[in-house]
Amino acid sequence: MTAAAAVAVAFFAIPLVGLLQRANWSTVWGDLTTGQSRDALRLSLICSLSAAGLSVLFGTPLAWVLARTRVPGRPFIRGLVLLPMVLPPVVGGVALLAAFSLRSPVGGWLHDAFGLQFTFSTAGAVMAETFVAMPFYVITVEGALRSMDQRFEDAAASLGAGRLTVFRRITLPLIGPSVAAGAVLAWARALGEFGATITFAGNIAGRTQTLPLAVYLELESDQDAAIALSLVLLVVSLVVLVSLRDRWLTRG
Amino acid sequence: MSLHAAFGLHLGDLDLEVDLHVPVGAVTAVLGPNGAGKTTLLRAIAGSVAIDTGAISLGGTVLDEPPDAFVAQERRRIGVVHQDYLLFPHLTALENVAFGPRSQGHGPSAARVLAADLLDRVGIGSLANAKPRALSGGQAQRVALARALATDPAALLLDEPLAALDAGTRIEVRRDLRRFLADFAGPTVLVTHDPVDALALADHVAILEAGRITQTGTITEVTARPRSRYVADLIGTNLIHGEASGTTITTDHGATLTTAEPHDGPVFATVPPAAVALHRGEPEGSPRNRWSTTVEHLDLLGDRVRVRLAAPLDLVAEITPAAVAELALREGDPVWVSVKATEITTYPR
Repeated sequence: MTAAAAVAVAFFAIPLVGLLQRANWSTVWGDLTTGQSRDALRLSLICSLSAAGLSVLFGTPLAWVLARTRVPGRPFIRGLVLLPMVLPPVVGGVALLAAFSLRSPVGGWLHDAFGLQFTFSTAGAVMAETFVAMPFYVITVEGALRSMDQRFEDAAASLGAGRLTVFRRITLPLIGPSVAAGAVLAWARALGEFGATITFAGNIAGRTQTLPLAVYLELESDQDAAIALSLVLLVVSLVVLVSLRDRWLTRG
Repeated sequence: MSLHAAFGLHLGDLDLEVDLHVPVGAVTAVLGPNGAGKTTLLRAIAGSVAIDTGAISLGGTVLDEPPDAFVAQERRRIGVVHQDYLLFPHLTALENVAFGPRSQGHGPSAARVLAADLLDRVGIGSLANAKPRALSGGQAQRVALARALATDPAALLLDEPLAALDAGTRIEVRRDLRRFLADFAGPTVLVTHDPVDALALADHVAILEAGRITQTGTITEVTARPRSRYVADLIGTNLIHGEASGTTITTDHGATLTTAEPHDGPVFATVPPAAVALHRGEPEGSPRNRWSTTVEHLDLLGDRVRVRLAAPLDLVAEITPAAVAELALREGDPVWVSVKATEITTYPR
């Protein structure tokens, strides 16, 4: 048993050590501050934060509807929302491309009517990241809404508070930690997004080339830079993991 | 503004069918065993569940009358003190109390002044900035009461307001609660399973058992003539169902009892446990009722021993420990029982 477990631990540890050992520490800072790296870092930050923000903005009402109301077809809606979690991201990207490219009906109409273009644009990268990240937020918040003591909402209503006041002043503060955890989780997922982004938004430096895309590209030309950028993603992931430890890893 | 609640409601296993009327300024205690539907009754009046049939009205306003009328919970102006208080854990005591006035459209500072004043009135003004988790049970109960009163409600509902308190705090909070309820102008419904609370706080009681109100009246009326095993147990008396014919009652199990006052037809009879005498041999003398049976169970209760007796009448006798020793009573022993006819109270079923 323990031997097999040790193999498993090694399986996770070795790639990490490999990455650290292959890193060229003397040039890491230089590699991270090149124009292309800085662009990728900046873009990643913008896109992932936007995706997390959109997830909170639209995911919160969605989680509320799933947890609290009895709209018909709720299981179907939930399945639809959670689909991106199991769908290969590249398939998600293809689907977005099919739906929102300039040649598709919806994409064409958005472009003609509002001048919006998602393919090969930063907006597209944000869209792709939101597509894969929002489900993480929604399930986290829906779970919190289900497990909170709903009698608090009843008590607030009996004090004369309307639905929106109850949600804003009672529900939201009570599920606050889960909202934060869900947002961080969605942000981390958006930061690491690769497949959907490169398929839908392309790999254009300064516009759609986020960190994972830059890593992939640099691997061909400058391995040191690719590893330096990988280290950034690694550190961010570790920080997220540690900060969410209590919420996700040590349940009960 | 009196409260009328005559309705039917099915919720899971519960089948609730009640008719309750609480006059203005009066306190009605709904007394009943766990699972009888007490909390659901309150929830229906408060508006957090809708009724299936009948109507609930407060003053002249219909609150719920399916299928046409349903006033939303937040518009009913009914204050609720919940069983475990349900103070909002992220708000201070003051913010909890100010929540209602804020929701009703008072400005933040006006709401805070009102809340501070109410906290002073319930005697915990100094704890205004404490979070609920820092409050003791008695303090939390007062905050909950202040919070319910802060909306200037037209009626007040209290769900087991004292159940979560320890014995010492309970007496004190009960006394204060009594004072506040006396000051409250609207109708109050108090749900409890403790007859002492009902006695101390309410003018009327309604006994709720398995979703039905089995008895109503003043506490004295209800306890003088219990109509169910539940009430008889509450006040610790023996309740017998039987058919009376003159001064003879034939119980459902075929035993007979002689009473002093004559009745006819189906009756209840109560026999105070202290009036049941026990003997080793067949007793002689005046008692009209005597029979032999066996001791089923002995229970020491303070300075008395409650002796549960076997068929034909499953009575409880209350005697002193000295008498138990003198008779050398043990569980399973044969024993003679006598009850004076004058000790039996009979009333129609």
